[in-house]
Order: sequence, then C-alpha cells, then structure tokens
Amino acid sequence: MAIEIGAINTRAAYFDVVEGRYRFIGVGQSPTTSNAPVHNAMIGVQLAIENLQNLIGKPLMDEEGRLIIPSLPDGSGVDNMVGTLSVGAAIKTLVVGLLPDVSGKSIESLAQTSYTQIVDSLKLNDPRHMDEQVNAIVQYSPELVLIAGGVDGGASNSILKLLEVIGLGIYLLPDAKRPVVLYAGNNQLAREVQSALKNIASHVYVSPNIRPSLDVEDLTPAQRELANIVVKIRQKQMPDLVQVSELCGGIILPSSYAQGRMIRFLSSYFSSGKGVLSLDIGASAISMGASFGGDLHLNVFPQLGLGEALSGLLKLTALDEIVRWLPMEISPERVRDYLYQKSIYPGVIPASKEELAIEQAIVRRNLQLATRLMIQRLPGQFRPRSGLLPSFEPILAGGAAITGAATLAQKLLMLLDGLQPTGIATLAIDQYNLLAMLGACVEVNSLLPVQVVDSGALATLATVISPISNVSYGTPIVRAKLIYEDGSEMTSEVKMGNLQILPLENRQSARLQLRPLQHADVGLGPGRAGEVEVSGSAMGVVIDARGRPLQLPSEAAQRRALAKKWLVTLGDD
Amino acid sequence: MLASFTHILPLTTVVRKRMLPTAGHVIVKVGQKVNSTDVIGEAVIGRKHLIVDIARLLRISPRNAAACTKVKKGQKLAKDELIAETTGLFSREVKAPVEGRVVAMGGGKLVLETGGAPFELVAGIPGTVTEVIPDHGAIIRATGAVIQGVWGNGRLETGVMISIMDRADEVFDPNRLDVSIRGSIILGGYVDNPAVLKGAIELAVRGLILSSMSPALLPLAMQAVFPILLVDGFGSRPMNASAYKLLSTNNRRDIAINAETYDRLKGSRPEVFIPLPVSQEPPETREVEAFATGQTVRVINLIGPAQLGKLQQLNANPVSLPNGLRAKTAVVRLESGDQITVPLTNLEVLG
Repeated sequence: MAIEIGAINTRAAYFDVVEGRYRFIGVGQSPTTSNAPVHNAMIGVQLAIENLQNLIGKPLMDEEGRLIIPSLPDGSGVDNMVGTLSVGAAIKTLVVGLLPDVSGKSIESLAQTSYTQIVDSLKLNDPRHMDEQVNAIVQYSPELVLIAGGVDGGASNSILKLLEVIGLGIYLLPDAKRPVVLYAGNNQLAREVQSALKNIASHVYVSPNIRPSLDVEDLTPAQRELANIVVKIRQKQMPDLVQVSELCGGIILPSSYAQGRMIRFLSSYFSSGKGVLSLDIGASAISMGASFGGDLHLNVFPQLGLGEALSGLLKLTALDEIVRWLPMEISPERVRDYLYQKSIYPGVIPASKEELAIEQAIVRRNLQLATRLMIQRLPGQFRPRSGLLPSFEPILAGGAAITGAATLAQKLLMLLDGLQPTGIATLAIDQYNLLAMLGACVEVNSLLPVQVVDSGALATLATVISPISNVSYGTPIVRAKLIYEDGSEMTSEVKMGNLQILPLENRQSARLQLRPLQHADVGLGPGRAGEVEVSGSAMGVVIDARGRPLQLPSEAAQRRALAKKWLVTLGDD
Repeated sequence: MLASFTHILPLTTVVRKRMLPTAGHVIVKVGQKVNSTDVIGEAVIGRKHLIVDIARLLRISPRNAAACTKVKKGQKLAKDELIAETTGLFSREVKAPVEGRVVAMGGGKLVLETGGAPFELVAGIPGTVTEVIPDHGAIIRATGAVIQGVWGNGRLETGVMISIMDRADEVFDPNRLDVSIRGSIILGGYVDNPAVLKGAIELAVRGLILSSMSPALLPLAMQAVFPILLVDGFGSRPMNASAYKLLSTNNRRDIAINAETYDRLKGSRPEVFIPLPVSQEPPETREVEAFATGQTVRVINLIGPAQLGKLQQLNANPVSLPNGLRAKTAVVRLESGDQITVPLTNLEVLG
C-alpha cells in the first residue's frame, strides 16, 4: 500500500499480485487532516485506508482501526506501506553560493526541485554589508539553508567567509527557529562546515558537491538529502507525521521527489530516444519532471499551485492572460474574484459550468507559466532555440484538475493549451495519481512500479502530432494517412489553425504516414515525411495544427467561439 | 467524511490561544479577567544587529581581541561606552557606536543588538486567562456570540458595533459614512468603492465588518489601521443569512473584532466576538465532526453567493454535477425550500 498526503486530500492506493504480476487494485481517499482543527495527519490516513478497504472488499485494518502489517495468512492487511507528502506551506529557504552563475545557480536549481520558497540568497559578490546580511537572515528566519560553493579541492576562504555570516545569522535566531542546513559544496570543507554549524543550526547535513567542477552540475545526491530534510521539516511542523512515517517503516518522501524518481525510471523504461515529461497539478504546487535518459530535471512551483497560492497569481500574470482561455463570456472581475475566493477555499471544487471554465482557464495559464520556467531552467542541450517545449515521449499528466476534468476533450485541451507540445507525443493521464506513490514503492519493491505501469495503470489519452509552421491560417500543412491493422485507411489534410482527430481505439494499433506541406515540421524535421507506429487511445490520433506558440485571436468573441469550437472538435457537446 | 466548520453561534464558549511573535514577557496571570484590547504580553520585535570588528579597529589579530575586550555577552551598553582598548604608547579604543546589548562575541568581533520596536500582545477577546505559556502567551476562555469570517487584515479592536445594513445583499454606500458613526465598528455590506475605505479611515472608525469586498481594494484594506473582516469573501457576495441575523440583532452592542489572518494550518480565523453574561457556561464550539443529516450547512460557491440549508442526505456514490465533474455529494434543503445536490467538499457545517 502507498499513501499520499496532499494539501487537500489523503489517498491510499493498494497493489496486489494478480496472475503472478503486480496490479493496481484501488484507491481510497479522505480529506487531509494535518491542518486545523484535527492537527493529525494520521486520522486522514486511517479514513483513506478505511475507504480503500470498503472499496476493495478486503480487511486492511483490525477491529481497533490499526493497519494490519505485515499481512496475515487469511490475506488481510498489507505487506509494506510507503508514503509521499506534498502538504504544507512552501519552506522558507536561504540559498548560499559563491558565483551567481555557477554554484549560485546550481543551489537555486536544487531548491527549486522541492517545496521551497527562496527568501534570500547570499553570494560572494553580495553588495550588502555583513550586518545587513546577518539582519536579513534574522528577518527572514529561514527554515532551511542550502549552501554550495567551490569546486572539489578548490579554494576555501570565500566559502568560509560566507559561513561566518550564516553562522552568526543563525546564532541570533531563537533556538526554536533555527534552520536546518544542507551543505553541498567543496567536499574538502564538509567537516569544517559541520563543526562550525553543528552547535548552531537545528541540524547540519552534508551531501556531495553539486558543482564538483566548474562545468559539471550533479544535483542527484543532494536532491535525495533534500528530500529527507523536507520530510524532517514537515515532521517538525506536523509532529503527527512521525506516526505516519513509522507506519511506513520510515519510507516517506516528498511527492515531487518520488514523482521525479519514477520519471527517471520511466525515461529508461520507455526508451523512446526523447525525454519523458511528467506534470502534477496540485493545490500546493505544480511539479514538472523532465527526464532525458536518466538525466532528471525536476521543478516544483509552489507559486503556481491551485490552492492558497491563487491569491498571489496576479503578481505573476495579467488577468487577461487567464480570461483569454475562457470558452464563455465571463467578466475579468469575476475571474479575479474567483482567484481570491478559491484561495480561501482551496478544497472547494467548481460546481457550475462557469466555475469550471474559470478553473480550467487558470490551469492553462499556470501550466504555461510553469512550462516556460521549466524550459528556461533546462540545460542548453535540451532547450530548443525556438523556446518551445522540447519533444517528449510520453507526456504524463496528473493532478485532480486534469484527471477529474469532466470530459476527455477538456483534459486534452488543457494539456495542449498549457504545455503546447511539439512533434509527436503520446499524452497519458495518471488517472489515479499513482506516479509519486509508485516512486516511493521503489524503496521496498523495484518490480512493483514496472509491472503496475505495464498493466496499463496510466491511461493513454491521445497521440498528438503538433506541426510547426509559419504559414498563414487556413493553409494546408500536413497530409496524414492512418493505416489500420485490417488494412483500411483514413486520410486527412490538416490546415494551419485546425485541430483534427483520426480515431484509433484502445488496444488497436496503426501506421501513421505524415507528409508535411509548406516545409512544416511534424516532429521528423522541417519538411520531412515519415511513418510512425501509433497505438490506440481514448482519443486516438490528434493533429494539433493550431501553431506553436499558439496565438489566440485578439477579439474576445472570436476567441471564445474558437475555444468552444476546439472543444466540440474533440468531442464535447 | 470529516466536515469543516464555521462558527456562527449566538452563545458559546470559546478558547483562544494568543501568542507573542517572539519570546517576551507575559503580564497576565491565570484567573485574571481581561478585555479584548488589554495587553497580556510584551516583546521587542524587529531588532537589528550591528557587527563591531574589534580586531580590525584595534589593529590587532582576532586572537588577541578577547584580551582587550572590556564587555561581556549580555551586557547592555550605552552609546560611546568603551568596548575594547589596547594599552601602550599608541593605545586605541573601540566604543559602542549605538546603544545596545552584546549578543555575540568571538573571532575578534562583537555583535550589538539594537533598536527594535515594542510589540504588545492584546487579549483579542474579553474573557478569563486559563493558562499562561511562560514567555510566549496565554489561553483565554470566554462566553458570548461568535461569528467567524474568511479574511482579515490582521488587526483587532473593540467598540460599539453600528449596523448600516438594511439587507444582507446591500452594497456599502460611502454616503452612509457620517460623523454619527465615528469611533464605531461598522457592519456594512459589499464594498467595491475605495471611497468607503477612505471615508472610514477619515472618520476614524474602529473597524469594518463587511459581507464581501472587491480584491482590488486589498492594498487599501491592508493599510487601514483598524480591523477589516470579510464574512463571506471576495467579489459581490451578500452576507450569509445566519451571520447577518446574528450581527444585526446585536446592533449597538460592545463587540470585539479580531481580523487575524485565516491560517489553515494553525486554525486561526478572523472572528467577531460579542461578550454575553451567562449564569451557566455554554458548551465549547465543536471543531471536528463528520457530515451527518440534519446539520445546518453553508454551500460555498466560488462565484455566486453562499447558501444556507439543512443536510438532508449523504449520497454513497459519486454523482455527476451539472458541469460534468463527478464528486461525492449530499442533498441540501435550502432555506428557500429548494433541494440541491452539492459536492461534500463545498459544504461547511455551521455551528
């Protein structure tokens, strides 16, 4: 069993061996109870497990409501339990590096792989006087300090100088507010850093240097350490989590980290030759993981979560950038009011068509913002010059806003509009939001995630072809021929600005011949034609020729009509 | 499923923990009666730190600085008071650049803690201190009516509440602000006109209890020196009938308004408290309860006004909503007599 304690909901997922292979059996859910008034995450975990056992018809708890672990000969209970968590406010983090473009950048990247909010950064060329730096630490009272700097075996004076400021700042904080420190700099200084800060900071952790040499960045070991630290900080904030952790045999990970680990694994598993992209749109954050052959780039955006962060969204984007995605006429003021009201009630779901339209417009905009930031943070070799999303295969999407959408068309369009994928990509939905939980399962059973994914736990939504072309609206840019297994064919000429579906049902496969026109790039190179094998899915093959980047008409009524038309094209009434 | 609560109660016992932002001095005792604005604790916040580089100023090595230093950690220093000196033909001295307290010494340096502003923690509600948390705060118990809101600007006050509302869905007309309500806490409707907040500031009102407010006015509301509490949230929303009835029937009473920030983790919420004398203490507010039929609930809409009703039925299986989403739902009989099916996530129990 795996549990996930989210900002709004706690879920318990059960896996079992069916016909010799692991399968996902079911998931139970309850509101998360780590917040007031309950202040005990364990209650939510118990309720989620209770719902799960009712659903699967198998006792998992004893008469006193305790989880049966390990399982009994009669089949009741579970053999193992692991946990993930994304609950909690963003962790106030101070980042410390030497050179802004080297260790400074790497330590920021490390912070951005988890649920952190960078409150200040100290660097060697910091123009502030030492007094001001110390006062900033006292003022911001960070919960976490991440330190990098110096290549392995390199100079040490500079980092020691910064250490003096950090040590003094932390020393001046009240005992209860002293932060945890993670040092990931010049490995030869690790012992010195530890002895300098161990009696001052709440805890000092050391991980291998994230910048062992000037041209090498390796965040992986530090990410693992940071994941442990995040859990420890959450346990300090919510002491009841210790009980959950004990139940999980200590295997409890931040959801984003567990998700990243799963994506790294899937990147090897799918071996498509392209990267694998995953996104999780939650109330506490949007997290995106891009893995290129095991090289993982994880980004967590607490500022773009669909919960309390919405009250700050208009600091990051103009209201019009949300309104322009609405398929119906709703005033900008109403959308603005929605943002603030939803930030007060993050657990409330849209109950009317109007509310749903606003929610989905926000998802599109937030996904756009997250995607843009993620692309900017990718290393040069993975970042296309166009600034567009690199080609991924597959793209895996989770989070209730996507998985719970009313129709397939809504799910697909939110993803297409928000991500604006390029080339040929399979879009799959993590319908039960299992990815993070499976990532945690790896700790106890490396076979389970493979077999669960193999069994079809991720539902393929569509194979999407997104041609890139500069021609004007209405000009044909691709001819597609879908050749089914029985030899029948379907052909289509797709014009710039249009969306087109070529049906291909689940469990079917076909050959897709693509002939670009006007030098368009369908993912095979500009003007290059080719044939690809495609598998059936809920929506089949979708050719999204609306352009990259997608430009919407400037006239509002036209925009709305188009948004409605796209939904209808994809099957909505 | 566990329900979330909003307390709108004509008579109850509330228990509130009041904490200093940093360690300080608690000046009340267990059993002491306090008014809402009584100071119960004091601390100094926003202190600055000044690093005095003794070794550099004396032109000696950091190792030798300790021997020349004349002050101790914890010692309070007046401006220009001697910190350290060297002797001999070319003696030098280091004096305190400002008044302060020595909080750290070492490595040839000394840190002076200086400045800061006094912070006074007030009781927030009129009641009795039932527990003192040394150096940090106190727990206060009180009886009366309570109306919880959803947003506050972080301030608190007491005073006479004057209602200028004739209807729950009233829009606050700035012309209703006149000298007759100066120095009072005003119960008003929806505010979208900055003139209301500006007028209230000019009139020196002691607080605003509003049904709702346009988010465009947030910067102005945050600047106000008096508390502003929103009962139903942002956008044009009438005050929910339960809160409107309770507040308007207490017109011209002394009330306490604590417009603290809504903190989901800690459980703090903005609230209006109306102290009431009782011969027997009523039960404390309920905090945790599962949804059950018969409960009075508030149906939260993210765009439209909230609706009140009685929970009639809990549906066992998820159903499709009019917008196509599937959710666990309940049937609620509204005050109008209509029955609606609502997602459980969109319900709050009133009580």
